[in-house]
Amino acid sequence: MTDNIIQAPSTEGVDTVGRAAESPDVVQPWAQLGLKEEEYARIREILGRRPTSAELAMYSVMWSEHCSYKSSKVHLRRFGDLPAETPIGKQLAGIGENAGVVDIGQGWAVTFKIESHNHPSYIEPHQGAATGVGGIVRDIMAMGARPIAVMDPLRFGALDHPDTLRVLPGVVAGIGGYGNCLGLPNIGGEVVFDECYQGNPLVNALCVGALRHEDLHLAKATGVGNKVVLFGAKTGGDGIGGVSVLASETFDSAGPTKRPSVQVGDPFAEKVLIECCLDLYRAGVVEGIQDLGGAGLSCATSELASAGDGGMTIELDTVPLRDASLRPEEILMSESQERMMAVVAPDQLEEFLAITDRWDVEATVLGEVTDGTHLLISWHGETIVDVPPRSVAHDGPVYERPMQRPAYLDALQADSALGLTRPSTPAELREQLLQVLASPNICDKSWITDQYDRYVRGNTSLAMPDDAGVVRVDESTGLGVALSTDCNARFAQLDPYAGAQLALAEAYRNVATTGALPVAVSDCLNFGSPEDAGVMWQFSQAVDGIVDGCRAFGVPVTGGNVSFYNQTGATAIHPTPVLSVLGVLEDVARRTPSGWSTGGLYLFQLGATREEFDGSEWAGVVHDHLGGTPPRVDLAAERALADVLVQGARDGVLAAAHDLSQGGLAVALMEGVLRHGIGARISLSDNVFTDLFSESAARAVVAVAPEHADALASLCDEHGVEMSAIGVTAAEIDGLQIEGVDSMTLEELRRAHTDTLPAVFG
Amino acid sequence: MKIGVVTFPGSLDDHDSQRAIRLAGGKAVSLWHADADLHGVDAVVLPGGFSYGDYLRAGAIARFAPVMDKLVPAAQGGLPVLGICNGFQVLCESHLLPGALIRNDHRKFICTDQRLRVENDSTAWTGDFESGQEILIALKNGEGGYVADEATLDALEGEGRVAFRYLGANPNGSYRDIAGITNERGNVVGLMPHPEHCVESGFGPSTDGLAFFTSVLHSLVDA
Repeated sequence: MTDNIIQAPSTEGVDTVGRAAESPDVVQPWAQLGLKEEEYARIREILGRRPTSAELAMYSVMWSEHCSYKSSKVHLRRFGDLPAETPIGKQLAGIGENAGVVDIGQGWAVTFKIESHNHPSYIEPHQGAATGVGGIVRDIMAMGARPIAVMDPLRFGALDHPDTLRVLPGVVAGIGGYGNCLGLPNIGGEVVFDECYQGNPLVNALCVGALRHEDLHLAKATGVGNKVVLFGAKTGGDGIGGVSVLASETFDSAGPTKRPSVQVGDPFAEKVLIECCLDLYRAGVVEGIQDLGGAGLSCATSELASAGDGGMTIELDTVPLRDASLRPEEILMSESQERMMAVVAPDQLEEFLAITDRWDVEATVLGEVTDGTHLLISWHGETIVDVPPRSVAHDGPVYERPMQRPAYLDALQADSALGLTRPSTPAELREQLLQVLASPNICDKSWITDQYDRYVRGNTSLAMPDDAGVVRVDESTGLGVALSTDCNARFAQLDPYAGAQLALAEAYRNVATTGALPVAVSDCLNFGSPEDAGVMWQFSQAVDGIVDGCRAFGVPVTGGNVSFYNQTGATAIHPTPVLSVLGVLEDVARRTPSGWSTGGLYLFQLGATREEFDGSEWAGVVHDHLGGTPPRVDLAAERALADVLVQGARDGVLAAAHDLSQGGLAVALMEGVLRHGIGARISLSDNVFTDLFSESAARAVVAVAPEHADALASLCDEHGVEMSAIGVTAAEIDGLQIEGVDSMTLEELRRAHTDTLPAVFG
Repeated sequence: MKIGVVTFPGSLDDHDSQRAIRLAGGKAVSLWHADADLHGVDAVVLPGGFSYGDYLRAGAIARFAPVMDKLVPAAQGGLPVLGICNGFQVLCESHLLPGALIRNDHRKFICTDQRLRVENDSTAWTGDFESGQEILIALKNGEGGYVADEATLDALEGEGRVAFRYLGANPNGSYRDIAGITNERGNVVGLMPHPEHCVESGFGPSTDGLAFFTSVLHSLVDA
């Protein structure tokens, strides 16, 4: 073969539909494009001939794992069995749209979605992460919404590993450089370090947008004669085959490419595109809109046409190019950023173009919607694509991959942390508290989060390090939303079903901790290779866990993303189903912050503590141990706790609330003291170690003014939530005093907490 | 009183500035970068953001926007103008204020809650403060290091034209901890931190920013 990734069957000009029909025996590079033999045969069957090189390019990207969900589809269908209702209203758009949309009341709706950009971020951390932000923002814009905030759940290898030193600063600078320039507050996320992510960092990006109900737009090409308009940046040679080359293969199988597979982002162009799109929506001059991200024009044209009721014609010569040498196949596959495609009625085209002109956004009519059934693409007057659009966009291969419970699980689960040596003296307890506080996963992340603008737009009510981010949607009423993203992959490694539910429960709890009513879920399912039966089993278990959890909580999964092939050689990452929960606050002024800011408050723990240390931070940090079974999942208890937290916020009972998760009560108390420098005096049961380090779920620590303690007790009683008095906040105490533990000054706590990341990254 | 807020392509905090003006009791007027006049406003805010992407140098392109052709002579004639962050950069590029803003000395974007000391309470934008007052204002920038030659710095200090100074750790390497300056007449003020994010309880680290906007309204009434 030649050194081009797309090999033309002939050197004499383009490969047309006519030529394809006449030359069935031409050898085509389907394998190099990531297609399997039977998939190639299926394409020939659909078309009744061999595909042209352009058609082959389209099918190869759209049938890639990343775009077609071919290994996950049979499992993801189980999300569709959940009721399309949230606790406060209807789900207005769901899985299959660019992003899910839910009613949040008062005529407002919110759309949110989380996606992965893992592989590009490993190859080129800065651009990979930046374009991850750009892509998810365009998904949100495509629904007719104004993006209002972003979040970034991140996972890297061990903190001191050279790979982490290379990848982390670039990823953080990319997210900041792009998101800050767009004017979207970054309100949270996660930063997790674990050796399992060395060579496979996870860069997930979430965006949330708000819209009035009547502004909802669905991406479809309807109305014969309507124009298909491409607007935004010119198409370049970057990101050729990103979804098939990067996201759908392990790296060791990726062949050489002439053009870069990672896209290059221009945040200024995206900022202008956002404002331009919102003007277009306001003017009512678009019928449907679709973003161009993974699979570029192949995706936008086939998905718009497929979702509509007719056909579509496209003249590919009209696509504005940054690089005139691009071949038609490359134009179809290019994942150049900051582009959108709109379907526009002919009588509104003039006004449409006037608006894009005002923003200096280039807009080009590529073709129109037809009454046919095929997507027809021409190049220099010759037809190079003639396909049923649904066959490209939706009827890709579906695999029932073999699944098998991994053999190592029995031994792993049998290796409980209950046998590990526990600290026995007040001095040892203190030392281990500080050790956990300084550990990479618990330590202060402001070295990272201070590189993100959390204030832009002026609606940020809570942001990191609060348990969840809170943004106001409507200034006149204070209506707002809370969002959290969570996954403890150590739990998921021990038991993917329970681990996924614990991730869901933690995000649900974090949102409730702010006082927001949890209403909907989006997920980003990061796993190893689907061709590994053990990984597929983990995946299926995690999906079951999420579906069963959502049913118990009464919340729908409104969308999400699957990222496979996160593995190095035969070693997969821990299953990492990142769950994002959206909550609604009728008035963000009543939200509960996670840190107490005054002395004289009573501290209570809500929920029951058990002897649960398997997969805990204590076991990992102090003993380098991972084994056993995760904490018990009790979804009814989670729901009862959330009811107390939501009603407590609404009734003005809670001064502060902090969820108990990684590091247990120990970390929550230390973070509580550090947040505003107000000390605390704590008295626990006889089993101080368990009280401090257990990671039992369905718990929170709350601070209340003395006069509200009875009201809290009644709420807990009403909902059957255990409530234990554990101490008081005290401005006169320098740091944290826990009975049975040597005390820690504020300065000691602060140094332990804040020095870890700067010591590595400067 | 009408206060204009200029939107350049890439401006981010224009809506926040408009909100701050409204909360202070003024009328916010949106000005477009291509506007050929100032629509009769009584004062102007140049907001934060990344005008035209700031790919060349922060504020370097915005300086040549059509609206600046009208704004520069108006400011020289006494029109109150507040440049916040990117707006401060535009004011320096336009030579309405001396010096320049360069990349932070640590080479990273930084978003933090910053303590400042008010050094001059007699400008159009600081009258509601008192000299020596400590305030807490959101700070976020990548090119926030204020630099000027020694003679300029000495002149600024000598004439009381350092309007705000950073307290605690210097967040970006600004010379002499300078956070904001004014022109000789006191009508043009440039500030790196973002008072428009500090105007509502529950949003932003304080409400100390509101005084910037009430100050200009009071100064216009008194004028």
